[in-house]
Amino acid sequence: MTAKTNDAPLLDVADLVVDYRRGRHTFRALKGVSMTIGTGECVGLVGESGSGKSTLGKAILGLADVTSGTIRFDGQDITHLKGAARRSLAADLQVVFQDPYGSLDPTMTVGQILAEPLTASGVGKAAARATVVEMLDHVRLPADTVTRYPSEFSGGQRQRIAIARALVRRPRLIVCDEPVSALDLTTQAAVIDLFIDIQRETGVSYLFVSHDLGVVRRICHRVSVMYQGECVETGPNERVTRDPEHPYTRRLLLASPVADPARQAERRRSRLGLRSPSGPPVP
Amino acid sequence: MFRFTIRRLMSGVALLLIVTSATFFLAHLAIGDPTAGLLGNSATPAQRAALHEKLGLDRPLFVQFWDWFSHALRGDFGTSWRNFQPVSDQIALRVPVTLSVVIAATVLAAALGLAVGVATGLRPGGALARVLKLASVVLFALPGFWVSLVLVMLFAVRLQWFPAVGYVPLTQSASGWLSSITLPAVALALSAIVMIAEQLRNGFVEVTKQDYVRTLRARGLSTRRVTLHVLRNASPAALTVLAVMFVGLLGGAIVVEIIFNLPGIGQLTQSASQIGDIPILLGLTAVTVVFVVLVNFLLDLVLGWINPKVRDI
Amino acid sequence: MTDPSYPAPGGGAPAQQRLWSRFLRRPLGVTALAVFLLIVLAGLFAPLLAPYDPNLVDFSLTQAPPSAEHLMGGDSAGRDIFSRLLYGARTTVYGAAVACLVGVLLGVPAGVAAGYFGGLTDRICSSISDGVQSVPGMIVLLIVAAGTGADFTVLMMTVGAFMAPGYYRISRSRALAVRKEPYVDAARVAGLTHTRVLHAHMVRAVQAPVVIQSALTAGVAMGMQTGLQFLGIGTASTPDWGQMMNDGFRTMGTHPLILLWPSAALGLTIAALAFMGSTLADLISVRTEPVSRRRKRAVAPDVEVVPATGRLEHPVEDSALRIENLRVTYRTPHGDKQVVRGVCLDVSPGEVLGIVGESGSGKSQTVFSALDLLPAEGHTSADGIWIGGEPVGDLPRAKRHALLGTRVGYVPQEPMSNLDPCYTIGHQLTEPLRSVHRLTRTQAGERARSILRRVGIDDPDRVLASYPHQVSGGMAQRVLIAGAVAGKPQLLVADEPTTALDVTVQAEVLELLRELQEEYGMALVIVTHNFGVVADICDRVAVMRHGRVVETGAVEEIFAKPADPYTAELIRASLDDTESRDDLDAAWNKAGRTVRT
Repeated sequence: MTAKTNDAPLLDVADLVVDYRRGRHTFRALKGVSMTIGTGECVGLVGESGSGKSTLGKAILGLADVTSGTIRFDGQDITHLKGAARRSLAADLQVVFQDPYGSLDPTMTVGQILAEPLTASGVGKAAARATVVEMLDHVRLPADTVTRYPSEFSGGQRQRIAIARALVRRPRLIVCDEPVSALDLTTQAAVIDLFIDIQRETGVSYLFVSHDLGVVRRICHRVSVMYQGECVETGPNERVTRDPEHPYTRRLLLASPVADPARQAERRRSRLGLRSPSGPPVP
Repeated sequence: MFRFTIRRLMSGVALLLIVTSATFFLAHLAIGDPTAGLLGNSATPAQRAALHEKLGLDRPLFVQFWDWFSHALRGDFGTSWRNFQPVSDQIALRVPVTLSVVIAATVLAAALGLAVGVATGLRPGGALARVLKLASVVLFALPGFWVSLVLVMLFAVRLQWFPAVGYVPLTQSASGWLSSITLPAVALALSAIVMIAEQLRNGFVEVTKQDYVRTLRARGLSTRRVTLHVLRNASPAALTVLAVMFVGLLGGAIVVEIIFNLPGIGQLTQSASQIGDIPILLGLTAVTVVFVVLVNFLLDLVLGWINPKVRDI
Repeated sequence: MTDPSYPAPGGGAPAQQRLWSRFLRRPLGVTALAVFLLIVLAGLFAPLLAPYDPNLVDFSLTQAPPSAEHLMGGDSAGRDIFSRLLYGARTTVYGAAVACLVGVLLGVPAGVAAGYFGGLTDRICSSISDGVQSVPGMIVLLIVAAGTGADFTVLMMTVGAFMAPGYYRISRSRALAVRKEPYVDAARVAGLTHTRVLHAHMVRAVQAPVVIQSALTAGVAMGMQTGLQFLGIGTASTPDWGQMMNDGFRTMGTHPLILLWPSAALGLTIAALAFMGSTLADLISVRTEPVSRRRKRAVAPDVEVVPATGRLEHPVEDSALRIENLRVTYRTPHGDKQVVRGVCLDVSPGEVLGIVGESGSGKSQTVFSALDLLPAEGHTSADGIWIGGEPVGDLPRAKRHALLGTRVGYVPQEPMSNLDPCYTIGHQLTEPLRSVHRLTRTQAGERARSILRRVGIDDPDRVLASYPHQVSGGMAQRVLIAGAVAGKPQLLVADEPTTALDVTVQAEVLELLRELQEEYGMALVIVTHNFGVVADICDRVAVMRHGRVVETGAVEEIFAKPADPYTAELIRASLDDTESRDDLDAAWNKAGRTVRT
């Protein structure tokens, strides 16, 4: 189930503008961003802090108020959806957050956490339990996990639980907000491969928000690069992560150090060549 | 700064309006016909009607309140219903007594709270810290009047170190004034001392864990200098408690004053509430609210000076 | 599946049940609970327990001393004090219960709503709460008492209203904290209604603090109640402790016992409540401790001595830092936990050593103990620690600390949390220069300005006058580096100096560290989890895992031929060279698109 973008996209974001109010000042976090995600496709959103990449994810989920522009999901305008209409969207649209510690209520068992979205939508207890066990299997956790508390699990295991929670309603799109950046390297690789396996098994689409080009390269079909609230470059993974067109993307690529001394020395030389002769820009 | 002051002044007036109007309507609701309390049961209906008219009670409540409030903003709190003396005179006579006790208690609480808090904060596992923890648990909950009774029993009746009752004005004798307010001030301050010390100790423990404390040590700063950094960062919470305590002390003073027979606002409040002298009660309420607003204003200034980050939000 | 997880301990009992059983293991808590229950029961069953009618006047009993018939003697009116005390307990407990109930009903829903919804709801509720707090409660209570003919229930409801801001504040702050947790966002996205989120997550979070607050509130309410009764508010026909204290107060000089009994009863009740509350509060805060009890206990047995790991490259006299067989142990309430288990490493002047490992490998603990910057619970032992070729392991604390800021500099991980928010950057940079290096104010200012320029800050005067929250993360990290090198150290220790930074900023900061290291000829020790950083800047590297050195060697060798499989795994897990999704999908298509069965 590789990317099929021939028919109408599952998610279509057009000219999205989001403002944050901070006291008397307004801060424009997104300055007119457009993007699409097809069925079964994984689109990466790369950028540094303050680039607006997480805001875009929040706006799609209805957690940030949109100033202008539209978000269409499967043809339906969901930009300003509120209340019951927004809740009914939960069957199709889910989320996995960055923080594996804060994203699970420490006072609930894993079983309760996973069943919550199901029982909230009116699924019976027995059916919910069966689905929960099935989803735990999807994320490679044993079935007896349901009786335990989140505090008994490591970061990687917690993130698997969070993925299972996103899966229980069998959604069509999951917004993944930096889902592996809080994990250790070796755990990171395992969780990314899990994301890929699940996509192949279920055909779900991902919006994958990350600051790490390496992560994005492994999991995404297409990549959009965000810089200061704008999308500066969009293209197929292979091109954006290997041969970027936009100067910012090139800077980003050269700035991330590669785990190979010889090639890193090379990359560093190219990066220093990009620096303005007047000295380093102060961030 | 100017803008900040204006904003605080406006919200202070708003608070005064809300609190005094609430007190006003509550008092009328609770007391019903004030002339009953003022004239006693033997009064004839004609006498009561006359008093009604004299006090302006025949007007609608809102008109009465607005009349009072607009005058109060100009400093005119009206006259007492019992003896027709200006309210402001009667309160002015008694505020110095209450303030003496409350300010003495606040200073005591701040000084001892700081000393004990820092001492235990530096050694959070030490014996003093454990004693403080136990003491703070109990002393916080024990009411000031209970402590007053114990203090009177111990120091005034048994040991006779201090006078049990009565007040000596500062203008008459400084030592007499001091010994007359010592026991009431200690009774009031005790719970505040432990609260502030406990807050400061917790703050010390929290701040000591912060990354920047380690970095300061890594730059070679002496323990004394690092402690100053820690103290400054730990003090906002303790200062906030101190300000809240001040408000509590004003209320607590009412009962303590009666036990020690001090001629402060406590006795005035009690007598005015018994006969339903609403102007006096409103005046007392207004004065307390003004003190509360003032203390909170000072608190905000100090907090802004300690940590400039709160200024910018 | 290479998920290096901790061995997950067995199933846990429901949290509530565990809390309860842990409460019963605290002697102070159990005693307080028992005393309180005794008083409640005494009040409830006063009609059965009291030997006499509390209002029965027996003139022979007037101010009588305790006797066999009258356990506590008689009061000034000739009534049995013990009986009155029992009936008084009834009044006291009832009043406190009314006050707590009203306080909870008013304060908790408002607080939860304000914290959860925020915005206008929050502003309205908070200003009401602030207003109530600035009302002189005693005045209002006296008015209410005067007006309602001292109806006790109404009076205690008013007390409850004044207790509501306390409940409001804790509920609001808990709700606010929980609102920020991603799991509430996740619940919203999962399609839960506000009501359900409030019910499922907020109520759980607020429960425990509300119970603790109630113990405090009940005590305070009892105090106010007795105070009012002491002032003569209350009905003469129902005995209460305040009345009794007033009676005793008037005869205090001659018959102190009459005052003592009710005072002791009140003090005991309030103390019992307070200790119950504080025991609960202790238990709750222990539960939120990041490391679980079981895990600590599981690690405790391995404090046995294992052989030292790692390799030393340089002779002692040529080293800038040398650590031999370092062990770091943390004392926890449940036994000792060894986080560094026999580490040897060294670095020479002009050399850059990387210490690499995942979380929990002990890499940061290793450098902190080398600098003597461990928290109080941490304990270091080593065969030897040398700085600049001199043994420092046995130096007294003050002498050891004198090395910091002069011969050793330290660059921390998180730029924002490592600057004191209360002082300007200028003050923080010049303070050590003046107090440690004895420069004058002008000299220190001049030095700070020149170092800031050196670390790439073009307008040092503006930065010096700024507070930490007014500068960006990258700027703050430059300031911290400036602070670390201000004393011209021979050894610079950087703990994950770029982890919290954006990748473009990270590259600049690494460049700066490299330049400074070459310029000053410093030895540089960099702790990191990122093999890219190692490849960029390090000459030599020590790979750590579970508190031990897995492998040490020159960077080129380690990358070309990692001797340990763990090192190889870590390098492979660095994703910058990974197969792209296109490669993976192509391989998958070729393999017949099999989905795991």
